[in-house]
Amino acid sequence: MLPANLELSLDAFNQLLMHTPGTAAPIPVTPVRAFPIAAPDDAIALVDNHGSERLWIEHLTDLTPDNAQRVRQTLASREMTPLILRINHVSRFATPSVWQIETNHGATELTLKTEDDIRPLPSGGYLVADTFGLQFKIPPRSQLDRQSQRYLARFL
Amino acid sequence: MRHRPPSSVLARLPLDLSADLQFVTRVLILTQEEIVLAMPEDDTVIEARWRIEPGDQLRLTDHAGLGLLQLNDANHSKAQWRFTLSHRQAAEAFAAQFNSTNAAPSSPLALASTEPAALWPEEALNDATPPSTWTLFRLWRFAKPYKGQLLLGFLLTLAATAATLVPPYLTMPLMDDVLIPFQNGVAIEQSTVLKYLAGLLGAALVAWSLGWARTYILSRVSERIGADIRTATYSHLMNLSLDYFGSKRTGDLMARIGSETDRINLFLSLHLLDFFTDVLMILMTVTILFSINPWLALVTLIPLPIIAWMIHIVRDRLRTGFERVDRVWSQVTNILSDTIPGIRVVKAFSQEARESERFHQANQLNLKVNDRVNRTWSLFAPTVTALTEFGLLIVWAFGIWQVSQGAITVGILTAFLAYIGRFYSRMDSMSRIVSVTQKTAAGTKRIFDILDHTASVPNPKHPESLSGRKAAIELNQVSFRHGNRGILHHINLKIKPGSMVGLVGHSGSGKTTLVNLIARFYDASAGSITLDGTDIRQFNVADYRRQIGLVLQEPFLFFGTVAENIAYGKANATPAEIIAAARAAHAHEFILKLPHGYDSLVGERGQSLSGGERQRISIARALLIDPKILILDEATASVDTETEREIQQALDNLVQGRTTIAIAHRLSTLRQADMLVVLDQGRIVETGQHAELLKRQGHYYRLYQAQIKLNESAELNDNEPICAPPNAAEGHHHVAS
Repeated sequence: MLPANLELSLDAFNQLLMHTPGTAAPIPVTPVRAFPIAAPDDAIALVDNHGSERLWIEHLTDLTPDNAQRVRQTLASREMTPLILRINHVSRFATPSVWQIETNHGATELTLKTEDDIRPLPSGGYLVADTFGLQFKIPPRSQLDRQSQRYLARFL
Repeated sequence: MRHRPPSSVLARLPLDLSADLQFVTRVLILTQEEIVLAMPEDDTVIEARWRIEPGDQLRLTDHAGLGLLQLNDANHSKAQWRFTLSHRQAAEAFAAQFNSTNAAPSSPLALASTEPAALWPEEALNDATPPSTWTLFRLWRFAKPYKGQLLLGFLLTLAATAATLVPPYLTMPLMDDVLIPFQNGVAIEQSTVLKYLAGLLGAALVAWSLGWARTYILSRVSERIGADIRTATYSHLMNLSLDYFGSKRTGDLMARIGSETDRINLFLSLHLLDFFTDVLMILMTVTILFSINPWLALVTLIPLPIIAWMIHIVRDRLRTGFERVDRVWSQVTNILSDTIPGIRVVKAFSQEARESERFHQANQLNLKVNDRVNRTWSLFAPTVTALTEFGLLIVWAFGIWQVSQGAITVGILTAFLAYIGRFYSRMDSMSRIVSVTQKTAAGTKRIFDILDHTASVPNPKHPESLSGRKAAIELNQVSFRHGNRGILHHINLKIKPGSMVGLVGHSGSGKTTLVNLIARFYDASAGSITLDGTDIRQFNVADYRRQIGLVLQEPFLFFGTVAENIAYGKANATPAEIIAAARAAHAHEFILKLPHGYDSLVGERGQSLSGGERQRISIARALLIDPKILILDEATASVDTETEREIQQALDNLVQGRTTIAIAHRLSTLRQADMLVVLDQGRIVETGQHAELLKRQGHYYRLYQAQIKLNESAELNDNEPICAPPNAAEGHHHVAS
């Protein structure tokens, strides 16, 4: 259960602090998604600097709107999984291959190191890790335009 | 906005993300007095600037592929910039530059290294050629040793093909000089007929024997080329570093080395040979046709460009399709290699039906993909056949017209039809070369994917000598990251020669990674590890590892005898050496109890032996190579207390006089260590001896207390210790020796 008087705040370093008035001093915590792919808005843990879990949030909506907002803000600034909207060009069909893509975070390029870095998702989409570790999401193939589909098919 | 350009640039950091995480490119410029955010192409177009004040710090962190650079003063964060980790190098250099010019010398972020460019060799992308048909030419590397035989095969092919073209040529005089005159009332002259028939027979016999010699020689060569490819790929694979195996699935690698090389082999010995013969035959036929009658020859060749064009169109679709077929096929084999080793788990949880279903689904996918390819493919072959018939029709029509005009004889038309029949039937089979070539090109690409992968643990050009080393190990600012996760951070550690160091910490704190770095299974992302003052990257990898004895939590025994397994690291060991090692490892007695003693076979994973027995064999294996450095990675974790004591005794023999690095979950096994190193989240948090660390009441104390509690509660619950109680290290009197 969540403590009733739980307070989450951001300090001047943009660090999320967890505080339950009446108990110990505020502690810096980091929100971590338990199922970042399957259920990103459910099951979030607040973890302290030692990696111990300090609070378990079943659904973000269980928090007060202010607290939820701060958790969201922290997560948004820490994590991003751009959704690929279009594949404009791929340098070649062998890996490593550089893809020119458009995402919901703007246009960029990603370098695919091996085809094994494309992981199918249960939803029918894919998750692509570029060589530098950033994850990109690809919607199910039917939602892409023909050109993107054709590029993608060469790597699946 | 245009401003004066920043003066005296100290460092530049390209940024590819904005504050709200949109992909935009900017550049961050560090000068003596300020940090400037500018446009990438033009430093004078400035978006924002921040003055640097005394006490300011630059904090660099990263998470999930995103880097964050914060400019902080004592009270708050003045600015934050984001980037993807493709710019991590530059960011570290930037922060290092900032902190070396601005921050107090004690700043924990002041990085020791000023040459970050040299620290990330693994990120240089190795450029492989794209998988076009040209990939096949790379096979020349393997064909080169067989040049002479290939040339002989080529000459035989030339001769055999020429011989097969003789019979249709002879139909011409047979028709014109014998049969048609006979119909017109001229008697058949026996000697002429015999001459032609002998010619036909001779040509057939020559073609037969040459064809046999050619096929035999070229199959022999291609079989050898195939074997060479397989061997080369396997030995290259063996030399790749551990992280390559971590990222690949066993089934996939097995498929590549097994079936792909087989496919290349088949291609070389059968399809390529046929194709080559076909091309020769067509060239020769065309020459003959033109020499007989250029006009008829031209008409005959009309369908040729159409077929070539068709082949070109379908080429791309088929190649994509076949690449997919390959990938899906390795998915099928992956399931096999996944479940068969884990069959006990499958059965224990009675998930046989689920696994069958999983296999069924992969198989269905395989079917689906194959169906899709076959749809294109099945249309292709009949179309070629139809075009062939169509071509024959043209020749018939044009030929009959020409005969009626008296331009050619019936004999010429017959010869043309005989040639063209062969010609087009070869076109049909030639069109098949497209698919096999594409398949083989895809397979070759997958083979060269392995061959092109350079080991991320490279051997130096001029390796240092390893002889006479005492094995003092020193870690200097060692960091390691895997993908986007930092696993070890700025580790500094000195290990005296002959001393024993225990690594302690929660699981996931980086102990095994540290040991893997020392064994050079990976190279550190930053910092250096030295052996007696020499960077371990300057030794030959194999020579260096020969100095290291490794005992793992899960001992792996290869299929073979017990003696072979003990002598794995030193194949020329004498039986006396093997027995001495087994005795020292306390394995001698149980080995003698086995039905065939040291000659007993142990299964794929040594299944006929218990965990403790297998572990003692692996200790004997490590003892036999007499290593200077010994690494024990949870060597006693998976066995019961009694066995642990036996193993512990064996280990005590092993440890003597060697630099030892031991990881143990049970702290009791590390009490005799000269130094304990406590790791937490990839950092060293405490070092010291057991008693000293207990007194300090820090991390180690807490770990220790937790284990004592665990032991007590276990004893209370079932009156039987699960773990050795902390004072049991002295309790060797339990063990019969």
